[in-house]
Amino acid sequence: MLKVRPPFRTSLRFLMAGLAGLTLVASASAQQTLTVAAYPAVDEIAKSAIPMWKKKHPDVEIKVISRAFADHHTAMTTALSTSSNLPDVMVVEYGFVARFAEGGGLEDLGAAPYNIKSQQAHFVPYAFRQGTTNAGTVVAVPADIGPGTLLYRDDLLKKAGVKESDLTQSWDSFVASGVKIKAATGAYLVAHARDVKDIVIRSDIKPGEGLYIDNKGKVLVDTPRFVRAFELAKKVREQKLDGKIGAWSNEWSEGFKRGTIATQLSGAWLAGHLNNWLAPNTKGLWRAAQLPEKAYGSWGGSFYTIPKVSKNKALAWEFIQMMTLNPEMQLSAFKSQDAFPALVDVHKDAFFDQPIEFLGGQKARLLWRDAANKITAVDVHKLDPIAEEIINTEMDKVLDQGKDIKTALADAKALLERRVAR
Amino acid sequence: MLVSPFLILFLVFGVFPLVFSFYLAFQTWEPTAGLSSMKFVGLGNFAFAITDEWFWKSLKNTAWLAFASGVPQHVIAIPLAYFIHTSFKRTRNSVIGAYFLPYITSTVAIAMMFGTLFSTDFGLINISLRALSQLPGLGWLISGEPIDWLNRAENVKPAVAIVVFWRYIGFNTVLYLAALQTIPKDIYEAATMDGARRLQQFFYITLPSLKPMIYFGVTLSVVGGLQLFEEPFILTGGRGGTDQAGMTTAMYMYRTAFEFNDFGAASALSWLLFVVVAVLTWLTNRAFKPRDGSQ
Repeated sequence: MLKVRPPFRTSLRFLMAGLAGLTLVASASAQQTLTVAAYPAVDEIAKSAIPMWKKKHPDVEIKVISRAFADHHTAMTTALSTSSNLPDVMVVEYGFVARFAEGGGLEDLGAAPYNIKSQQAHFVPYAFRQGTTNAGTVVAVPADIGPGTLLYRDDLLKKAGVKESDLTQSWDSFVASGVKIKAATGAYLVAHARDVKDIVIRSDIKPGEGLYIDNKGKVLVDTPRFVRAFELAKKVREQKLDGKIGAWSNEWSEGFKRGTIATQLSGAWLAGHLNNWLAPNTKGLWRAAQLPEKAYGSWGGSFYTIPKVSKNKALAWEFIQMMTLNPEMQLSAFKSQDAFPALVDVHKDAFFDQPIEFLGGQKARLLWRDAANKITAVDVHKLDPIAEEIINTEMDKVLDQGKDIKTALADAKALLERRVAR
Repeated sequence: MLVSPFLILFLVFGVFPLVFSFYLAFQTWEPTAGLSSMKFVGLGNFAFAITDEWFWKSLKNTAWLAFASGVPQHVIAIPLAYFIHTSFKRTRNSVIGAYFLPYITSTVAIAMMFGTLFSTDFGLINISLRALSQLPGLGWLISGEPIDWLNRAENVKPAVAIVVFWRYIGFNTVLYLAALQTIPKDIYEAATMDGARRLQQFFYITLPSLKPMIYFGVTLSVVGGLQLFEEPFILTGGRGGTDQAGMTTAMYMYRTAFEFNDFGAASALSWLLFVVVAVLTWLTNRAFKPRDGSQ
């Protein structure tokens, strides 16, 4: 077959026409794209919302930019600092809300045209409070929450003759049960003594107090909360009840798989992780309970925000409403990604009554729903990350080098006060 | 015109960050509030850094790691290079390749692999130690108790040093091999004629001829050791390990900026680290550089 090359001019004309067409398409789609920046697994949830979105806005593309958890927040910090490359919708994890809010780069969703405050009753109270700054502006809308829970190995408890109420009655009985479990089964009570400290410092916080620093800038790390937390952690270590295993390490998941860790204090979402990849072989052996001594705490949560420089604020707001206020969306995220809904409206859904196979048929979602309503919001301070690091370092010294608790907390206070004074 | 691609890249990725970090070192800045929120604080960041307990702790950690991983690199690489140079003929290249492989492997992959090897209950290192302790005659030397490599403050540094040593030994060996090849064979022949043994030849001919390369290698180790970041960062999960025993200055700098959100102090830290590196490099220079008249 003979191929005839079209004359040069014709081909050029075709090329030009093609290029013009391309730019047209590009400019058309550039106007109609809503960018959403998120981290796993919120990125999956956002992607799963695209079909529902397309029904309402067939002409608007949703572009989900997903990065790993830490990378996402680093990238967003950089984007906010230079006010460039910001998405239209930014997902922010609870730990970063206060930090991002402080910079003032996020839209106030309490004001018109958003008026989110009129919808406040639809959200779990503490979660809504978490998205509100001390000054009263609402910068973030909660999508999912992490009510704290105590997951324990039912089989190990039975072997040791320990009841659930022994674990949850008080922290002292929690430790005493640990001794029995260790003696009977050889399993550690907790992965790390630090885990116990982390929840005790979060319980019994008075209104206006933050976790480490109160709203007047006073450092609180030598208050009874911290003394008790340190004493309990030390007791756990002295009785050899912890495996000195950090969360998310190989030992951690191996410990769950082999049944050498009897309990884990965590967010309710951990049950999903255990089932999916950490220790699927232990299906049916775990149960959930409320935290010891009626403590209620939260472990993380995802929020939706709009950067001030976004050019598609109306669409962004519509997308956020769909993700946070649409019952169907909230439920499907709960079912597919274990994202516990922040929307109270769906908490009456029949899905909550369903038994969870991994937890031996327990209806644990009811328990977590109950916890979610009892959690109180804790004020966040921008120095919280460094305060946590200071406390953990002093904790290491107490646990490993036998440093006196009073001295350790006084040192922590001095270190933190230096930072506050800056 | 022809060098403009290089110049532009150099300006954007070389000069600008330098100037910007120098500028930042004198500012306090809330990054999420945009560029306009910078405030001049004079030497405040430097004053904070110098009086900061953690800065000195990180500097001590860095010095320890640089020394413990750096010195063995050279003490072992030189004899190793000499051994490869004199004893291998046909398999020489593959032997060098094997030693060089860790250097060109991704640090993250290496650190993750060692993280698994160092695992307390399931790691290969502890399992081997236990097996060794069962051997007759070795029980008194090795206890066989599992060692918590990465979670006990006193073990973190040695663990990191082992990884760094393992990674760079091959690189140094190649450096010294290259230098060995430049030493003329007739010097050795003459020495053999004069009755010098192999060990004497090593100490009186090889080592002095290697001095310029030792200077080069040690300088690289000093600079690299003081900027150590990836290996301890991955091995200790980004935190520096228990009691921050494995937190190097470069890590502390990174964390100050991106975790504690204090870019001003982090920039000040980076310039202080630069001063330390410069001083130590100068000292290395003084110690190893061939002086006039000595050769």
